[in-house]
Amino acid sequence: MEAQELNPTSYIGHHLKNQTISFGDSPFWTLHIDTLVTSAVLGVIAFGFLWLVVRGATAGVPGKRQAFVELAVGFVDDQVKGIFHGNRNFITPLALTVFVWVILMNAMDFLPVDVMAWIYEHVFHQHYWRQVPTADVNATFALALSVWVLMIFYSIKVKGFGGWIHELFCAPFGANPLLWPANFLFNMVEYISKPLSHSLRLFGNMYAGELIFLLLWVWAATGLVGTVFGAMLGVGWAIFHILIVALQAFIFMMLTVVYLSMAHESH
Amino acid sequence: MNINLTLFAQAATFAIFIWFTAKFVWPHLARAIEARQKHIAEGLAAAERGKQDLEQAAVRTADMVQKAKQQAQEILAQAEGRATQIIEEAKVAAGEEGSRLLAGAKAEIDQEVSRARETLRTQVAELAVAGAEQILRREVDQKAHADLLAGVQSQL
Repeated sequence: MEAQELNPTSYIGHHLKNQTISFGDSPFWTLHIDTLVTSAVLGVIAFGFLWLVVRGATAGVPGKRQAFVELAVGFVDDQVKGIFHGNRNFITPLALTVFVWVILMNAMDFLPVDVMAWIYEHVFHQHYWRQVPTADVNATFALALSVWVLMIFYSIKVKGFGGWIHELFCAPFGANPLLWPANFLFNMVEYISKPLSHSLRLFGNMYAGELIFLLLWVWAATGLVGTVFGAMLGVGWAIFHILIVALQAFIFMMLTVVYLSMAHESH
Repeated sequence: MNINLTLFAQAATFAIFIWFTAKFVWPHLARAIEARQKHIAEGLAAAERGKQDLEQAAVRTADMVQKAKQQAQEILAQAEGRATQIIEEAKVAAGEEGSRLLAGAKAEIDQEVSRARETLRTQVAELAVAGAEQILRREVDQKAHADLLAGVQSQL
């Protein structure tokens, strides 16, 4: 930050630049270290906490921490129960993982970017560090495509490979050979649109939220009036963002469950 | 917005977390919750049973009280009968005793009377003899008079 001239473009550009490691000449062989490390740390904290709590879980009267975890897990399990009819021993943990992880990754947006930038710079010696993993399209695509792979896996597992192929050509319009191309086209559109909408919805919301914060902080740097109004609007946006953070995590979880439950249903 | 290797690394992380949650978090909690649900269901069933038992006990108690009352009534009636009987018996016994005493007294009185009469008779005889002796001091056939007097005595 010190090296370059500080103007709105460089400010926003700095906050939207990933910390990367490259393994090859092609831009594909790049890792966004910030996204990976932040999400991994959040995941380790969240699931480590869950594990610590449930490890000593008692069937008797639960303590406060266990009650909190049970409340969260029960909430997720109730949602899954409403949509998915079958053995929930995998689907509920999956939905729980998605919900907890995504909500924490989204919640990184609440940390004040410039304070955190100073910490990343001077404590961890990282000049670039994007702290909201879900504002990185790689992260949301990773989640959505994992769910997509699971979706196809369960489609084949439940209906058999033949059944899955049959469904690709014979649903939803009908088994008439004349309708096969239409069915196939329809299913392809569905298979492509599902992960796209799944991941881009989350990414768009979080990226926009991050950007609006940055714009407000740019305004806050323009003078006293800008600081006052920037702070006020920043509070307003942060409060509204609480809703977005929770809602997007919830939507992401619900879509995960819906897609997987659709994969279990035969047409 | 550039897709790169991060996607796969992130997917791998995701897979690890899913595996961890499914393997270590979920089973513990599911087991605890299921056990608690079972526990609660058992508790409710036990409460229901207890309630039923209580109702049955109440019915039995009422029955027992009813029976006890009935028995008490019977015992009371028996006791009353017995009391009346005892009183009657006592009355009869008292009557008998009374008449026995009366008879004894009468017999004693009769005895006394006869003894008094005997004494009187002897005394009268002696008095008569003494009188006769006084009158007939001089010459009296003791023996003939004694016979005479004995005859008189026996006639008394």
